[in-house]
Amino acid sequence: MPRVFIPPAIKTLTNDQAVVMTSGKSIREVIDDLEKMFPGVRQRLIDGDELRPGIAVTVNGNVTSLGLLQRLDNDAEVHFLPAVGGG
Amino acid sequence: MSGKRIVSVSINGNPTEFLCEPRQTLLEVLRNTLNMTGTKEGCSNGNCGACTVVVDGRPVVSCLVLAVEVEGAEIHTIEGVTCGVEMDEVQSAFLEGAALQCGICTPGFIVQAEALLAQNPAPTEDDIRFYLAGNLCRCTGYDKIVRAVQAAAKKRQSVS
Amino acid sequence: MATIDKPKYKVIGTRPIRHDGVDKVTGRAQYGADIKLSGMIYGALLRSPHAHARIKNVDTSRALAVTGVRAIVTSADLPEQGDRVVELGEGAVNMRHLTANVLAREKVLYKGHAIAAVAADNIHIAQEAVKLIDVEFELLTPLLDVQEAMRVDAPILNDEIRTESFGSAPAAQDSQPTNVAKHFIFEKGDLAAGLAEADLIVEREFDTATVHQGYIEPHNATVHWNADGKITVWMSTQGSFSARHQTAELLKVPISSVKVVPMEIGGGFGGKISVYLPPVAALLSKKSGHPVQLVMSRTDVFEATGPTPGSHMRMKLGVTKDGRLTAGAAWIAFEAGAYTGSPVGAACMCVFSCYDLPHGRVEGFDVCVNKPRSNAYRAPGSTHVAFAIETLVDEICEKLEIDPAEFRLKNAATEGTRRVDGPVFSRIGMKETVEAIKNSEHYRSSLEGKCRGRGIASGFWFNAGLRSSVSATVNPDGTVSLVEGSTDIGGSRASIAMQLAETLGITAEEVIPSVVDTDSVGYTDVTGGSRVTFSTGIAAIKAAEDIQSQLLQRAALLWEMDVSCVRYEDGAVVGPDGQSLSFKELAAKLNATGGAVIGRGTSTGEVNQAGAYGTHCVDVEVDPELGKVQILRYTAAQDVGTAIHPSYVEGQIQGGVVQGIGWALNEEYWYDGEGEMRNATYLDYRIPTCYDVPMIDTIIVEVPDPQHPYGVRGAGEVPICPPPAAIANAIHDAIGVRMEQLPMSPPRLLEEILKK
Repeated sequence: MPRVFIPPAIKTLTNDQAVVMTSGKSIREVIDDLEKMFPGVRQRLIDGDELRPGIAVTVNGNVTSLGLLQRLDNDAEVHFLPAVGGG
Repeated sequence: MSGKRIVSVSINGNPTEFLCEPRQTLLEVLRNTLNMTGTKEGCSNGNCGACTVVVDGRPVVSCLVLAVEVEGAEIHTIEGVTCGVEMDEVQSAFLEGAALQCGICTPGFIVQAEALLAQNPAPTEDDIRFYLAGNLCRCTGYDKIVRAVQAAAKKRQSVS
Repeated sequence: MATIDKPKYKVIGTRPIRHDGVDKVTGRAQYGADIKLSGMIYGALLRSPHAHARIKNVDTSRALAVTGVRAIVTSADLPEQGDRVVELGEGAVNMRHLTANVLAREKVLYKGHAIAAVAADNIHIAQEAVKLIDVEFELLTPLLDVQEAMRVDAPILNDEIRTESFGSAPAAQDSQPTNVAKHFIFEKGDLAAGLAEADLIVEREFDTATVHQGYIEPHNATVHWNADGKITVWMSTQGSFSARHQTAELLKVPISSVKVVPMEIGGGFGGKISVYLPPVAALLSKKSGHPVQLVMSRTDVFEATGPTPGSHMRMKLGVTKDGRLTAGAAWIAFEAGAYTGSPVGAACMCVFSCYDLPHGRVEGFDVCVNKPRSNAYRAPGSTHVAFAIETLVDEICEKLEIDPAEFRLKNAATEGTRRVDGPVFSRIGMKETVEAIKNSEHYRSSLEGKCRGRGIASGFWFNAGLRSSVSATVNPDGTVSLVEGSTDIGGSRASIAMQLAETLGITAEEVIPSVVDTDSVGYTDVTGGSRVTFSTGIAAIKAAEDIQSQLLQRAALLWEMDVSCVRYEDGAVVGPDGQSLSFKELAAKLNATGGAVIGRGTSTGEVNQAGAYGTHCVDVEVDPELGKVQILRYTAAQDVGTAIHPSYVEGQIQGGVVQGIGWALNEEYWYDGEGEMRNATYLDYRIPTCYDVPMIDTIIVEVPDPQHPYGVRGAGEVPICPPPAAIANAIHDAIGVRMEQLPMSPPRLLEEILKK
């Protein structure tokens, strides 16, 4: 069950839970699962068929450029963070 | 075409003639008229030293020299530093000492360093830093550049 | 110094001459402004004299009448973008803003904002014609201060901007426009509880001024819009594929009709990722039928490219009396400039990253002001917050009488520490860099003399992974031609070649690297984010492994056995009965055994870096009558994972340190009340010269990154993070004055000295 850390602005939708256990084998499935539990979450994270611009997702600390397609292990830890650029 | 002047100079030992407008700088003529793009343009107001060339033995910022001013002068540029296919001591020292990163300031530094060593074959670290203070580098932090000039000076001294 | 038993490498760790070196020391290397094309003409830009104004009318008729003028373009020639947001490789960009930044539409938002461009037979005619373009402006009040710009009643720069709070629902369309474009919040634990546990709380407010990357080579682009619709761009860029994508989007042409040829690049540091010139030059070329070259002046570079933001920050740290951090709070406002997109998000994520902080809260704001639209500058955002936090840490150490190195060791983030922004650190080297400084000769030496002081500080940067591609062909003489797309700013083509060489068991000199255009190599993300040695290195290693497996096939064919019987070892293919063919010997037989062997490798962006730390120590002498600070001695310890080419790793550290010294002691955009930068030349925007700094000693710490086959960590960015804080701490040690603003230039320092 991947653990998803909820950004502070989304906690209002998850009854103030900062970490939610979800089921899903990919980021997309995990977000779908979150949406089932807490309607409205998907729209905060997804625009059309992709993560909202400016939102990056990390899995076990690794930023993944696969976004919603990233596959997850059962014990994965997922964070949604601002996309960061270097110089 | 009116207003253009013919200027005769020696560049890196070769007699050269070019046509220019009075408002053109030596830098512009070197790069655009003579296709000698080794001398670089970084700021166009004499503050970065990327355009350094030697005119009658004196290093100058060519962006602040009008081309018409160098009539009859002996000019040395980065293109004239190499002797055929051999690097000279300063160039070799820059390569071996990794004294360049992006390389845009390198021609200016090499020309200025050559002028320094011609004038002072055994400069101290302070001498080197003072003499090269008019050449800006944003990549290296100068450490390896100064060490390269020290190494080149030492090599040249040991040969002579 | 290695922290684990380091494998014995043959090539990695040596110092070969870089492959492009001879061209660079002879002046032969071709940078963007060096290229000359047949029929090429020259362009110049008309830029706004006002910091904030509405454009009522642009009349180009007088300029068009000048003999020798071939074309003029304005924003009317650029296609409408609407509010499209496009993922451009290193972040999402609002195309409305990008196009308006290239050529202003209804408003100019900073002095220097480009409005129109002229192409003519020579640069002088173009510049004269620019002066003949008549623009009617309606002047508006310029906003130049981040806190002023955040006020509810502030003049608005962009009417369509509403605050986007990370993770929130989009703002209602009928809500008020604002200059606060973005808002971030991060939380860990319970801040109030953490502060309650503290025996000591320190808090301060900080201001930092706008600062420029200062690359010596101005932006340039030479573009030919060919009769067949193909657009070729020769330019100075940190990312050809990103430049291609941006240019194609801005011109609304298919991406494949744009080819970007990266020339040698004279410095970037993050400032040469956004495009400014290519679309303008392209349109001038289309209109005139000639290739057009545009080169920025130094003033243009300062006024109209992407400096790093000025900022206002409020920081607070809570600590127990025995020096254990309990809580931290940060409020950070960055000046995005004319359009949204400052690195405040990254700043929020870096602020507490050196420490294991049980409770924390970070709030960040991206705020529009009438200054050029900010851009990345080497570890963007991290230097700002390091200055603030490391100053507070120094204050704590002073008040609790704890050695600054010991404090950092006690509280250091390590593998398993959870960041305030959420993820857990994997293998990192914060502690190791502190230990390196603590055990250094510099730190142990005594410092004598009046008004002399010593300071240390640490810094962090994520480093990026992203995507790279290479291909590598084996030549008949046993050399390998390596083709890559990572533009080489600091010697990276050598470090990539070395990793390929190590994997194949050949020498660095036997690899011939080239950096090529967007039609000649697979997609490669920007040279930035300290990612090239890591990510393009991984691609090169994979290409080498691909070559190995093909060579095994060839050897098996030659020895007439099954491929499972042969193996690659130490630069040779070895058979079961002692047969052996070296790489060179096999290379000579390739055409006879089936033809070319081409290795292919990509790094996919799933592999990420664990992050890099630096801890620096500096001794200064302060002249209390002038406020001038002299750097006496500087030592920088940095975890680089594995140093592929130590000379270039040292070079990255030294270069970053000196940029940080400039940022600390002198560099700032000096604005007057009308929003004009009054020091837009290298004379008055004074970056360090070689007379201003001593030798910069480096200590290479090696805590290998487990995600890279050779343990590489990016080294390019983190060295700029600690210097301003280290110097501030040294100034305090020297004369008891704690600076809360950057730069700590003589007038500012003197003012604080006189206050005491």
